[in-house]
Amino acid sequence: MTNTGASASATVPRWIPGVNSQKKQMCFDWGPGEMLVCETSFNKKEKSEMVAGCPFIHIIRKDIDVYSKILRKLFNESHGIFVGLQRIEEELTGKSRKAQLVRVSKNYRSVIRACMEEMHQFAVADKDSAIGRQFSSQVSILSAVELIWNLCEILFIEVAPAGPLLLYLLDWVRLHVCEVDSLSADVLGSENPSKHESFWNLVTTLVLQGRLDEARQMLSKEADSNPTSAGMCRVLGDLMRTMPILSPGNTQTLTELELRWQHWHEECERHLQDGTFASNPHLESLCKVLLGDDAALLEHKELLSNWYHFLVTRLLYSQPTVKPMDLHLYAQSSLDLFLGGESSPEPLDNILMAAFEFDIHQVIKECSIALSNWWFVAHLTDLLDHCKLLQSHNLYFGSNMREFLLLEYASGLFAHHSLWQLGVDYCDHCPELGRVSLELHIERIPLTTEQKALKVLRVCEQRQMTEQVRSICKVLAMKAVRNNRLGSALSWSIRAKDAAFATLVSDRFLRDYCERGCFSDLDLIDNLGPAMMLSDRLTFLGKYREFHRLYGEKCFVDAASLLLSLMTSQIAPRSFWMTLLTDALPLLEQKQVIFSAEQTYELLRCLEDLTSGRPLCGEPDAQQLQDDDIETTKVEILRLALARNLARSIIKEGSLEGS
Amino acid sequence: MFVARSIAADHKDLIHDVSFDFHGRRMATCSSDQSVKVRAEPGSKRDLARPATHSGSVWRVTWAHPEFGQVLASCSFDRTAAVWEEIVGESNDKLRGQSHWVKRTTLVDSRTSVTDVKFAPKHMGLMLATCSADGIVRIYEAPDVMNLSQWSLQHEISCKLSCSCISWNPSSSRAHAPMIAVGSDDSSPNAMAKVQIFEYNENTRKYAKAETLLTVTDPVHDIAFAPNLGRSFHILAIATKDVRIFTLKPVRKELTSSGGPTKFEIHIVAQFDNHNSQVWRVSWNITGTVLASSGDDGCVRLWKANYMDNWKCTGILKGNGSPVNGSSQQGNSNPSVGSNIPSLQNSLNGSSAGR
Repeated sequence: MTNTGASASATVPRWIPGVNSQKKQMCFDWGPGEMLVCETSFNKKEKSEMVAGCPFIHIIRKDIDVYSKILRKLFNESHGIFVGLQRIEEELTGKSRKAQLVRVSKNYRSVIRACMEEMHQFAVADKDSAIGRQFSSQVSILSAVELIWNLCEILFIEVAPAGPLLLYLLDWVRLHVCEVDSLSADVLGSENPSKHESFWNLVTTLVLQGRLDEARQMLSKEADSNPTSAGMCRVLGDLMRTMPILSPGNTQTLTELELRWQHWHEECERHLQDGTFASNPHLESLCKVLLGDDAALLEHKELLSNWYHFLVTRLLYSQPTVKPMDLHLYAQSSLDLFLGGESSPEPLDNILMAAFEFDIHQVIKECSIALSNWWFVAHLTDLLDHCKLLQSHNLYFGSNMREFLLLEYASGLFAHHSLWQLGVDYCDHCPELGRVSLELHIERIPLTTEQKALKVLRVCEQRQMTEQVRSICKVLAMKAVRNNRLGSALSWSIRAKDAAFATLVSDRFLRDYCERGCFSDLDLIDNLGPAMMLSDRLTFLGKYREFHRLYGEKCFVDAASLLLSLMTSQIAPRSFWMTLLTDALPLLEQKQVIFSAEQTYELLRCLEDLTSGRPLCGEPDAQQLQDDDIETTKVEILRLALARNLARSIIKEGSLEGS
Repeated sequence: MFVARSIAADHKDLIHDVSFDFHGRRMATCSSDQSVKVRAEPGSKRDLARPATHSGSVWRVTWAHPEFGQVLASCSFDRTAAVWEEIVGESNDKLRGQSHWVKRTTLVDSRTSVTDVKFAPKHMGLMLATCSADGIVRIYEAPDVMNLSQWSLQHEISCKLSCSCISWNPSSSRAHAPMIAVGSDDSSPNAMAKVQIFEYNENTRKYAKAETLLTVTDPVHDIAFAPNLGRSFHILAIATKDVRIFTLKPVRKELTSSGGPTKFEIHIVAQFDNHNSQVWRVSWNITGTVLASSGDDGCVRLWKANYMDNWKCTGILKGNGSPVNGSSQQGNSNPSVGSNIPSLQNSLNGSSAGR
């Protein structure tokens, strides 16, 4: 099935400075975390215009959230919660599992709030600058995120039934519409609270939020300072006091509650009809609020400030035992009434509405569209998946969606120089696509320091990602060779188990030795241990160095045997034999006899082997003649030394001890 | 949402291609000023590289995998492709630590402009392919990785049509033989096979044609296999008069036919004409989840499939011609944890509708 392009209006262009899209086009290339863009002209290929146009390379970085210091804390802490969640015991079922999942949800939310707090400090400190404004808007967005998450927790994770549902929703609203606290402080702090200009606003707000005890206290202050209304205040206060409400731990059934509530509602109605509060418009309005009168509530739009507050207040005073399944009806009507046809719903409204409709997938989809960072949808979806909610919605791609979102989020983390380590864990917990995603990302991490390289390699080795280990070590070994750091190159080759490259580096070492007469990186070569076996050349290098050490420690006999064995065991490359034989000279010239007769015969044999194998090629030139000359002299010297040693060793071996 | 920063490219003429190295640390550009330049981040160890030069406009530049060291390849109107290697100064002379680029080899087999050059996936060794306006794709190999001046021409594939672009299949699974896709921008109406796919045959040791995408009849400007995330099938994107995305599912080989190339089931999964003009480049991100395309409308568009395999445009980059100031520029700096649609943040400040 072919997809045709989605409506272009869905995306707003991002502007690249300097590029003239009217006349030119852009060439581009992807990097692991960024994209390169350059102005070009695709059509005019043949002639060059000698017009540079925009001679800039633009580097576009998409996941900038990753680079925010404050958000980094959010990413780090939520990572901890995520990993903990994955490890929750599968056996836990029913109530204890639910309690644990609710706890996880609350942990996430507290992390969001902590982040908001910190950002708020920065926003306030830097009020007038662009950065301060940026922080401000980030705070707003995080606030929206927490609002949505909180609602999802109530509806999907807590799965609050009718009755407690309203109490949770009340808490939810109180948490997010919190100007009332500062207002309260203002009013109560004044000399004559009930005369404060915002007094009635405060009382109304308290009633709208169902904080009836506090409202009653306010009313008593009004009663004290205004005797004429004292009686009415008392009556209203009583109504407030006697409103039946489900309290936690209350053993009454919903039916009982409904009955009592109905009676109470009728009593309020009676007072209104009798005109008890007729002389005080404020009090009368409050009574109408208690009755859940829509018109009265809408008069206080400013105080409600949003439709979901309106919804919860409506429910509190007209449908306190609302069932979860019926929520969406009230939600829709609340939204419509509140907007009043003057404006249309915004993204946040759509997300909340989808939640009230218990359409989890719609919630996730809308959030994915509205937010640029995958953090929120990835973690929320993962949590909902643990609640087994995605599967119960009968969509076969349930687990795919979770992985899709988590890996999207993780991709952004890999671009960061230290957060990549968090990304690894997210990949680990995606059984289908996590590993291959990790394989692709981990090779791209720039290995700027040795420490980082070791960390990356450890991650790969722990997961048996042998190909990645090999590749990364190879890249490092190659870089070392190019920078002539042979020791480093050798150790990386060994770690990569790359025999061919180890041979190459060993050859370089040997060449260096021939040119300079000494070894570099002695420490490394001396401590090769079993790694020496990786390649023949490497073994030779190690053993040759050992020969030099033995010679230096004056263990001449051992050194001599080692030297000989290097040739007879064929470990030494042919090209090196002359050097080895030349190394034997000082041992042959010693006062004491070091090489035995048999060993001397072996050495002679090696020498013959070497010299007889020399091909005679055409007309030798001057340089070659000179080289040949040197060679011949060397060979002669060796022959002489070997002959002398042979004589001495025969005599020594033939003599009796002590003579 | 995103931040753009700008670095001076230092070319005296039109830039034709830009390429990020494997780790995203260095950038190579090539231009009609006949040079290839390498840049690193300003402030980091800068490449004060002597420019690498051709004798004609340089069309494309590409990096080899860092397993082979710091190696670049470029192709040019001057009928050659070249391989460049970075040399670091000896530690015992004045140039210590500084690097410059040396041309290691010039590949002169083509009789016409060389239009594209691409390195093969690293598991194939150090190998590259070039394609030319003379309709021939040439595959070269450097048998000794430490000696980049020795390259041998291993294969010549005749495509019969002027070639504009090539793409190696990056899949390193042993289940797939090496594959290369070739696009042609030949505009003659008789030219039918604008997209051809060749596959390497172990037995004949040659590349043989596996498929032709017959539904693509307009000139093709760019072609790109997607990185394989463990899929059993391949995804190929094509830049032609629109953006097209195909899937190629290998048909299970009968046990008897061991000789011929793999047959594929070809499906088109997306076709986008949003550019409303010729599309010149297509390229996949490193996980193969997002495709970027660039068209005559001066835009770069990003395409992504969601978890239900529905493809959609998820971003547009466009030049607004405003001047670039210095080395850092904020482009459209929407707030972070940000909102595509700023109103999400408005509807929170308690000002949803109502106000």
